[in-house]
Amino acid sequence: MKKVNKIKIKLNGKISIMPNNLTILGYIKKLKIPLNKVAIELNHEIIDKNKLDKIKIKKDDKIEIVHFIGGG
Amino acid sequence: MKVDNFIVAKKNFKSRLIVGTGKYKTMFECAKAIKISGADIVTVAVRRVNIADKKKPLLMDYIDPKKITYLPNTAGCFNSAEALRTLRLAREIGGWKLVKLEVLGDKKNLFPDIIETLKSTEILSKEGFKVMVYCTDDPLMAKRLEDVGACAIMPLAAPIGSGLGIQNQTNIKIIRNQTKLPLIIDAGLGQASDAVIAMELGCDGVLVNTAIAKASKPFEMARAMKNAVIAGRCSYLSGRILKADYARPSSPLKGLI
Repeated sequence: MKKVNKIKIKLNGKISIMPNNLTILGYIKKLKIPLNKVAIELNHEIIDKNKLDKIKIKKDDKIEIVHFIGGG
Repeated sequence: MKVDNFIVAKKNFKSRLIVGTGKYKTMFECAKAIKISGADIVTVAVRRVNIADKKKPLLMDYIDPKKITYLPNTAGCFNSAEALRTLRLAREIGGWKLVKLEVLGDKKNLFPDIIETLKSTEILSKEGFKVMVYCTDDPLMAKRLEDVGACAIMPLAAPIGSGLGIQNQTNIKIIRNQTKLPLIIDAGLGQASDAVIAMELGCDGVLVNTAIAKASKPFEMARAMKNAVIAGRCSYLSGRILKADYARPSSPLKGLI
């Protein structure tokens, strides 16, 4: 069986184990999150949605995915 | 009659009532209350996506941002850095530039930290944001916010969610007379008559969340607030009579039998 490398990252403040070699876009798709309704931050920097397929997630990256909720 | 437009950041809106989308029991209730209120601007908050529960209903599935203007807020931010981060993320979600800045300074009263607010308004305006600013009802600070680029001044009536109504009508009148910017009462209204008073003082609009969402009958309160804003605006534009210390008969005395 092929061994799949896993890495540890922080996603929305919680530790998450994910496959190595995924781009942010690949990960968002894997999580089934609608891209048009969210914004993404990688290590405190906002990532242009057009560049998500070019950035590979690395060990210990901090990713924040936010959206709109009800508020006053 | 002259057309009475409500214009914020060069954009024309139909309703002078802005409604918050927080504190409703369900998304369905929120969406229905907004529809009844007639509001075409709603405030929204920016928060982490719930990765564990992706079946949770999304605000955008209930309130179409193509039909209703989303006004992202910075609720929960207690310094300029947090507020800037939040609004830059909001812009990234879908290009929102019209925003509500709210930098809080005190957890108990949720009063704005006006120094951080001023700093943030200046930075955001330079970055191309159209900043509607939650602030205290201090005319001097309102002027300074205007000077650094605010597109609307939004003083509180009373602490957020308190339902106390306008506590300092004199200050609101002073701010009205000094600014040509849209003046919107934000926070602290409790019932329809509070909204009428705000509009009669010459405010351009009101922002209501808790008073509708937490009313026993939110849909009825949404309707009441809609009508109150319309009535208050008409009253303001109608030119009220002068107050008198004595009675003035309404029926003519001539021809009295």
